[in-house]
Amino acid sequence: MSDLTQLTISQARAKLRGKEITATEITEAYLAAIDRANPALNAYVAVTGDKARDMAKASDARLVKGEGGALEGIPLGIKDLFGTEGVHTQACSHVLDGFKPRYESTVTTNLWADGAVMLGKLNMDEFAMGSSNETSYYGPVINPWRRSRLDTVVMPTTHQGDGGFVSAGGTRTARSLDNAQLVPGGSSGGSATAVSAFLCAGATATDTGGSIRQPAAFTGTVGIKPTYGRCSRWGIVAFASSLDQAGPIARDVRDAAILLKSMASVDPKDTTSVDRLVPDYEAAIGKPIKGMKVGIPKEYRVDGMPEEIEALWQKGIAWLKDAGAEIVDISLPHTKYALPAYYIVAPAEASSNLARYDGVRYGLRVPGKDIVDMYEKTRAAGFGREVKRRIMIGTYVLSAGYYDAYYLQAQKVRNLIKRDFENVFAAGVDVILTPATPSAAFGIADEDMAADPVKMYLNDIFTVTVNMAGLPGIAVPAGLDAKGLPLGLQLIGRPFDEETLFQTAAVIEQAAGTFQPEKWW
Amino acid sequence: MSVDVKTVKRVARLARIAVSEEDAERMTGELNAILGFVEQLNEVDVSGVEPMTSVTPMEMKKRRDVVTDGNKAADIVANAPATEENFFLVPKVVE
Repeated sequence: MSDLTQLTISQARAKLRGKEITATEITEAYLAAIDRANPALNAYVAVTGDKARDMAKASDARLVKGEGGALEGIPLGIKDLFGTEGVHTQACSHVLDGFKPRYESTVTTNLWADGAVMLGKLNMDEFAMGSSNETSYYGPVINPWRRSRLDTVVMPTTHQGDGGFVSAGGTRTARSLDNAQLVPGGSSGGSATAVSAFLCAGATATDTGGSIRQPAAFTGTVGIKPTYGRCSRWGIVAFASSLDQAGPIARDVRDAAILLKSMASVDPKDTTSVDRLVPDYEAAIGKPIKGMKVGIPKEYRVDGMPEEIEALWQKGIAWLKDAGAEIVDISLPHTKYALPAYYIVAPAEASSNLARYDGVRYGLRVPGKDIVDMYEKTRAAGFGREVKRRIMIGTYVLSAGYYDAYYLQAQKVRNLIKRDFENVFAAGVDVILTPATPSAAFGIADEDMAADPVKMYLNDIFTVTVNMAGLPGIAVPAGLDAKGLPLGLQLIGRPFDEETLFQTAAVIEQAAGTFQPEKWW
Repeated sequence: MSVDVKTVKRVARLARIAVSEEDAERMTGELNAILGFVEQLNEVDVSGVEPMTSVTPMEMKKRRDVVTDGNKAADIVANAPATEENFFLVPKVVE
């Protein structure tokens, strides 16, 4: 059998059930791939080889008896934000040094119950705060995609003996890879890189302002943030509780549907988990979209957006039209206020959630002359710059005298953003099509973004509205830019209508194809 | 609105993050850039709009007031930097 890491989840599932391959074989293939690639890509912060082998062995025993679950024997990577019992769980922060929880998050519990195998924990921006995976205590993740350039090569005229190869000269074009390292996006940069570089069959991720969809778009993978309340937040390190949602990053739309079906559940341990049965998302793939109403919001055409993104959007519109969808122009008038409102609401919630890192209950402790000194020194040493910045903003906007002007105003604007979407859906729009990001992947240590935090925040301009309104959104790869980097489109759906997203994303995927980076690592 | 170094130090104290003079200077610039960015929210007419309290309309789930979990003291202190007999140890807080 050729390289088992190349199989999609649906292909591996068929071969595992058909006893053509074993869970142990595919797990070993991934562990070997991680071993080779991780020094270059830094996607994993902990590899759980022994655990993976034990889980694979147990999967093989169940598969032999024909008792395999929905994900039996499928090797997955888990974002470091998910609590995994006895295993490295540090949200890629120094402040959680050495933390190994005595519990398992609901989402990962669901995955293991369906037979999935854990390969290890994936790198991410510290506490999921970032759009480039550069705020991780464990260093940046490298995007497996690199820019390439088209060269014109002059072909010499050659003769290689009788009947041998003859080249008549002339020119041809060849793509050559640039050496510059690019970011995979964030915060789920480890998840996106691991999926794109074949270091796991699929990965868990989380999305507070775009942390699933932006890295998916930057790596040519599929990422879905489900409706708020669809996946339990229990056991996931909290960032901004009214915005955080877990979801998968996968190599194609079908794999994302398979993973979400297993991740989602109704959980009494999370009071915001919604009492709705989890549908069979895979069944939505392949259903025709004839007559579906697709909204195109004019506010997503922003100043300074590269022409290629606009062209990609137009291509997406044409594909859906060709498939029989009705395209309608729509307006979401409060779109431009989503990002500023987010940068009040999310830091406010984060400053409260991160108060627990005090050097007493877990993780790092830096001694001080009294308890307050100990708190202050521990938090100063334990949190990175971006996390401190957000805690400071959150503390400020919640402090006496400023609460009404900032937090209350932002929560009112948030209601207006949600209302914009409700109005459009009430008018009969089934799904909204937008670009996923305002650019392709950018370079590691980008100077403009390092100098101005707001520039980095603008990465989430198309994705953050969805979190503010609690809606489901999927990023699906739709093409490559002139430099050979992947670009994604985003579909936004009604609450709990993930099925329409999978159905429509599959049409885009069918037209655009799937994308793999050229291997250099 | 913008902040000065004094305010930044006060906020850092509230957030229990030790900052050096240099940190405070740098943070002042960064926080002002972010506060300048969010300023545009003031132009939105929010008259008659309620602040959002729940992103999905749902009733607060309730459960019976009974013990469903417990006897996990050892698990709870397992990750603490300093413990004794299932208590968290902290620097002396009373004289």
